[in-house]
Amino acid sequence: MTSNSTSRWRSYHKPETVEEALELLRHYDGSARVIGGGTDILVEARRGLRRPIDAIVDATGLAGLDTIQHDQDYIVIGCGVTHTQIVSDARIIRYGACLAESCGVIGGPQVRNTGTLAGNVAHALPAGDGTIGLLALGGEVEISSTTGTRWMPAKDTFIGPGKSVIDRHREVLTRLRFKPAGTREGSAFHRVMRPQGLCLPIISMAARLEVDGDIVTAASISMGPVGPVPWFAEPVAAVLVGGTTSTEQYEKAVELVLDSVTLRSSKYRATSEYRATMIRTYLPIILANAAERAGANQ
Amino acid sequence: MSQLKMTVNGAPVDVNVPESRYLSEVLREDLRLTGTKIGCNEAECGICTVLVNGIPVVSCVYPAFKAQGATVETIENLSQDGSLHALQQAFLDHGAVQCGICTPGLIMTAKGLLDRKGAAGEPLSEDDIRVALKDSYCRCTGYQSVINAILQASGQDVPPYLPETQEPGLAIGKAQPNPNALAKITGEARFTDDYKFPGMLYARTKRAGVPHARVRSIETAAARELEGVHAVLTHADIPGRNAHGVVSIDWPVLCGVKVRYVGDAVAIVAADSEEIAAAALELIQVDYEELPAVTDAIEAAKPDSPLVHEERPDGNLLKHIKVKKGDIDAGFADADVVIDQTYRTPTTEHLFLEPECSIGVPAGYVPTTFGGLCDALAVRGETAKHDKTTIYVGSQIPYGDRDQTAATLGKDPEDVRVVATLMGGGFGGKEDIVGQIHAALLAEATQRPVKMLYSRQESLLVHPKRHATIIRIRTGATRDGKLTGVQATLYGDGGAYASLSEKVLTRATTHATGPYDVPNVKVDCFALYTNNVPCGAFRGFGVTQSCFAVESNMDMLAEKLGLDAVEFRRMNALDVGSTTSTGQVMRESVGLNECIDKVDHDMRSGDFRWTWDEGHRRFAWGVGVGYKNTGLGGGAPDKATAEVEAWHDPDKGLLAEVRISSAEMGQGLPAVLAACAAEELGIPTEHVSVLLGDTDHCPDGGPTTASRQSYVSGNAARLAAKEVARQLAAAEPGARVKVQHEYWAPKTKPLGAGGDMHVAFGFCAQAALCEIDMRSGEVAVRKIVAAHDVGRALNPLTLEGQIEGGIVMCIGYTLSEHYIQEDGVPWTNVMARYKAPNITHAPKIISHIVEHNTAAGPFGAKGVGELPSIPTSSAITNAIYRATGVRVRSLPVDQDELLRAIRSEATEVELAWGDVKPIPVINFGGEQ
Repeated sequence: MTSNSTSRWRSYHKPETVEEALELLRHYDGSARVIGGGTDILVEARRGLRRPIDAIVDATGLAGLDTIQHDQDYIVIGCGVTHTQIVSDARIIRYGACLAESCGVIGGPQVRNTGTLAGNVAHALPAGDGTIGLLALGGEVEISSTTGTRWMPAKDTFIGPGKSVIDRHREVLTRLRFKPAGTREGSAFHRVMRPQGLCLPIISMAARLEVDGDIVTAASISMGPVGPVPWFAEPVAAVLVGGTTSTEQYEKAVELVLDSVTLRSSKYRATSEYRATMIRTYLPIILANAAERAGANQ
Repeated sequence: MSQLKMTVNGAPVDVNVPESRYLSEVLREDLRLTGTKIGCNEAECGICTVLVNGIPVVSCVYPAFKAQGATVETIENLSQDGSLHALQQAFLDHGAVQCGICTPGLIMTAKGLLDRKGAAGEPLSEDDIRVALKDSYCRCTGYQSVINAILQASGQDVPPYLPETQEPGLAIGKAQPNPNALAKITGEARFTDDYKFPGMLYARTKRAGVPHARVRSIETAAARELEGVHAVLTHADIPGRNAHGVVSIDWPVLCGVKVRYVGDAVAIVAADSEEIAAAALELIQVDYEELPAVTDAIEAAKPDSPLVHEERPDGNLLKHIKVKKGDIDAGFADADVVIDQTYRTPTTEHLFLEPECSIGVPAGYVPTTFGGLCDALAVRGETAKHDKTTIYVGSQIPYGDRDQTAATLGKDPEDVRVVATLMGGGFGGKEDIVGQIHAALLAEATQRPVKMLYSRQESLLVHPKRHATIIRIRTGATRDGKLTGVQATLYGDGGAYASLSEKVLTRATTHATGPYDVPNVKVDCFALYTNNVPCGAFRGFGVTQSCFAVESNMDMLAEKLGLDAVEFRRMNALDVGSTTSTGQVMRESVGLNECIDKVDHDMRSGDFRWTWDEGHRRFAWGVGVGYKNTGLGGGAPDKATAEVEAWHDPDKGLLAEVRISSAEMGQGLPAVLAACAAEELGIPTEHVSVLLGDTDHCPDGGPTTASRQSYVSGNAARLAAKEVARQLAAAEPGARVKVQHEYWAPKTKPLGAGGDMHVAFGFCAQAALCEIDMRSGEVAVRKIVAAHDVGRALNPLTLEGQIEGGIVMCIGYTLSEHYIQEDGVPWTNVMARYKAPNITHAPKIISHIVEHNTAAGPFGAKGVGELPSIPTSSAITNAIYRATGVRVRSLPVDQDELLRAIRSEATEVELAWGDVKPIPVINFGGEQ
C-alpha cells in the first residue's frame, strides 16, 4: 500500500559503458540492482513489495546497446532495446516473427515503450511473453561480469519463478541474439488472456518450424506458464521432425506437450483443464502459422 | 540530492532532488506541473502519461533520473500562444472530456501516436488508436468520443457523434462543451491533490487490517515521538460525535471499541511528509481480540451468525424491504409458463480515476505565517480566507460533508465550510465520508493545513462498493404473452456499515419487475450487515443488479412461449396508464415503447439474423430494457436551492452566475445549469458562469445522486433565473439582481403507501451485438444500439457522453469487473486486479434519444446519469445465450466456465469469474 520512498533506492546510475556499469556493481558489492525499463521491478517497489536497495544501475544508456544489429550469423538485440523497437523492426518481423508478436502483447504501449527484452528475460517470469518468443527462436544471451563475458542459451538462464542464473546485482545481461529464420523457416506466437483483473497470461505459446516442402526438418516449441520456468523442450518438438505439416502431426505434438508439462489450476486465472484445452486448440494453429510462414519464405 | 537536468516543455530545467524520485513527482511536486495526474502509481491506468523524447511513458514508475538529459513534454505544453492543439480542440468538440482527470493522459498518449504517424507519413486508423491507447484508461466517456476526437485531430473529417434531438431553444437542447472542459484539456484544471498550501502537512490512516475484532488497546506514543510527526489522533481525541453515515449514523470516525471491516480507521497521523506519516503508522500498536467474521449475506441472516453491530435489535438485518401488488398466488395460477431462476451479481468498484483526497484547513489559518501565499485562489480570489474550518474536497454531497464534519468537531455547521474542488469521477462512490473528517480533525489539532490523499490501493480498500446480490426471481406469463406475476427474493450484502444500503436495495426491490405492467407482484429484499467492505451508491443504484435477473428471465420466457424477445417486451411494456409494482399510475412521459421500436428497427435493418458464424467466431444479438427513477422519491424531501445573480457588462451585455452546492463529477452539470438559466434570461449559455459546491457561497442543491440534479437543480436554476429576468425587466437599466429559489420536487409517497413513489422515470432499450470466440470462450461486445427516453435532451453533447460512458461501464460489470473478497479480506487490493474496460473493449455505440417530456422537469427533462448503465448486462448475456445456448447466471462472465459449458453442451453457467462457491438455494420470502 505504501508509495513512499522508503521502499525505493538511494542512488540512480545510468552508466554509458559496460565497464562503468560493472564498476558500479562492484562498488555496491551486491546492494545494487540492474534494471532495463524497470517496468516490473519499479511497480513492485511502488507497491512496497521489494526491500529497499542502495542503488539502481540502469542498463538502457549503455553506448551501442540500444539498437538491433543484423550481423553475419545473428540478429543481435542490445539490452537497451525496448519492446516497441522490436515490434516495429522489419528484420525481426521477417526473421523472428514470434518474437515481434510476443513483444507486441507485453503490458501496454507505454510499458512497451520503456520495457526491454533484456529485462523481460533477466526477470525470469514463468510466462514472460518476450521470453517465450525468444526461446522458440533458440535465443541466446550475453552476460557481462567483472570476470568476463559469456554467451549462453536463454533457456538455461531460468532456475525458478523470478530466479535467474544471471546475478542481477553483479552482472549485466548486455545482449540477446538469435539466428534469423532461413528461407525455409517460420515462427508464430499466441497468447490467451482474460479481460479480468490479472495481468498474467493464461497461456503463451511460440513455435518455430523449418520445412522442406511439406516435411518438417526442424522444430521448436516454447510455452508458459506450465511450470516454474519458461518451458522449452526440443524432444517434444522433435516429434514433428520428419513428419508432414499436417494437423495429425501437430496433434501428436500437442499430446506430447500435455504429457510432459504439469498444468496447474491457478486461482482466478485458469483451470488446468482450460489451459489444456487452449494448448490443444492453439498449438496446432501456431504450428500451422509457422509452417505457412516457412512456406512463404521458400 | 543530485542535479537533474532536462528540457521540460521546451525550457531547460535544472533541479536538485533525491535520486529516488519518480518523474511524476518531479513534474508535480518540484516543477508544480500538476497537469500530469496520478491515478494508481502502478503503471496501470496511464493517466500520468507524458512524452519523454517524444515517446509516451507512464511517469508514475519512470525514475526521474532515467530522464536525465531528456526532453519531456507534458499537457501544459500543448496549447501555444493561446491557441489549442488540434487534439485539445477535438476533445472539446467531441465532448471527449468529462471528469477530466484522465484527459491529460489520453491527450498525451494520442499526441505520441499522432506525432509518430505524422513523422512516418502514415494515415491514422481506428485500430492504431485502440492499440496505442490500450492502457490509457477513461472511466467516464466510453471511448467512442475519444476515438472520434483523435481521428479528427489527425485531419480526418469526423464530426462529433450527436443523436437527433428536439429543436433547440436559445440555450436548451444545444450541443455545447461543459464550461470546465477547457481547463481540463490544457492541464490548468486542478483537483484536490493539485493544491498545496503553505505549511501543509500530510496525513495517513491506520487501518484495521482485520475484518472483525474488538480493540483492546491502541498505543501511539512511539508514533507521536517520531521526528516530523505533528499529530496522532485516535477515538479518544474526537471532540464531538464519533460516527458518520449518509443515512444511518453507524460508522465510527475512528474505531475505539470494535473494528468491523479491514478498512476501518483506527488512528490518523499528520506529519511533515507522506513518508514520515507512513513510518509513523508502523509504530502504532493496536491490540485486537479477533472475532469470528461473517462475510456472506445469507450466512449473516442466520440466527447464529456473528453480529456486526451487537446493539441492533434486528441482528445483522439492516432492512427487510417489501413490495406487494395484487395476489401473487393468483398471478401464478393464471400463468401458462413460469421461469424460476436464481442469479448472482458481484461486488464492484467505481474505479473513479482520481483517488479520494481531502485537504483540511484550520479556522484562522494565515498562509503568510508559513512564509507563503495561498495557492487555493481556486476558491474565489476575494473569499479565499479561512475564518472557519475548511475542507477542500471533490464530494457528491458538500453540505452533508459539512454537517457531518461539524458534528465530529463539535462545532456548529455554520462554522465549517466545504469547498468543492473538481472531482475526478464519482459514480456514487464519493457520497460517503472518507477522509473529510479526518483531514479536518488533524487540521484543527495541528493548526496547519493537512492533506489526506488516498493511494489507489487504499481507495480500493476503504470506500463503499456496489452491492453483491443473490436474486431468485420467478416470472409467469400466459400463453399469449401477457405477464401475470413476478415473485422475487433478493439478498444484498451491505458490508460493515449502513451507508446507502437501505436506499439502494429499495431501488433494486421496487424495480424488480422491470419496466413492465405486472398485475401481481411480491418482492422481498434482505439488506444485511457483514464484515465485508461497506456497500453503497453506485450508478444504477441497485437497479443494475435486479435488471440483470429480470431481463434474463424475460428472454427465457419469450423463448419458452415461442415469442420474439422484442415483441414479448413490447407486449408488456409500461405505458401511460400502466401501474408500477409500487402502485404508481404512469400519467405521462413513458417513452419505453418508442425506445424499443427505435432499437428494434436499427437492429433488424439490413440483412438481420439473430446469430451467425464467421469462422470460429459466433455473432449474436441480445436485447435488454430498463428504467430508473429520477430523484430521491419514496417520500424523501427532495429540494434544491439555487442562487442566480445577473449584472450588465459594458462589453458583453447581460451576464449571470448560477450558484448551487450540487456536484460536478464530470457528468456536465455546469453546462446544464448554465443552459437552464441562459434560456430563461434570454442570453447565450457562455454568458452564464456556474459556481458549485462552496457551502459559504452556494445554497444547498442536495446530494448528487439518484439522477436528480438536472431535474432538481436544473429547475432551481431555471426558476431563480426566471425571477431574475422578471425583476430585471422591472428594474432600472444596468441593475444587478440576485435571487435565490428553493425548488421542491413534487411530493412522493413512501414505499407501501401506493401513489407516486417517484417524480419521473427514465426508460431505455439496448441491443448488444456480441462476438463469442468458440475456441476460447472469450466474449467481446462489438456494437450497442441504444435508445434512452430522457424527457428532454438539455445538452445533446454531454448527454451522449453520459450514455456512452454508462453503457461501457455496464460492459465492464458484465465481462470483467469483480471486487473479490476472501473471508473479509480484499483480494482486489491493487488496480492491476480490477480491470475496467479499456479502449479495446469499447464497442461502436449507436444512440437514439427519445424525448417524452415530463411536465415538472426543467424544459421536460428527466434524469439520465444511471439509466444507460442498467440493461447492458442482460443484453450481453442474452446474446451469449443466443450464440451458445448457455445461460449465464452470474457476473462477470468467465470464459473458462463458458467454454466448458459450450463444449459439454451444458445449458447454463453458474460461476462467474472470482466465484468459488455455487449460487446458494434461497427460498421466496427468505424463510430458510
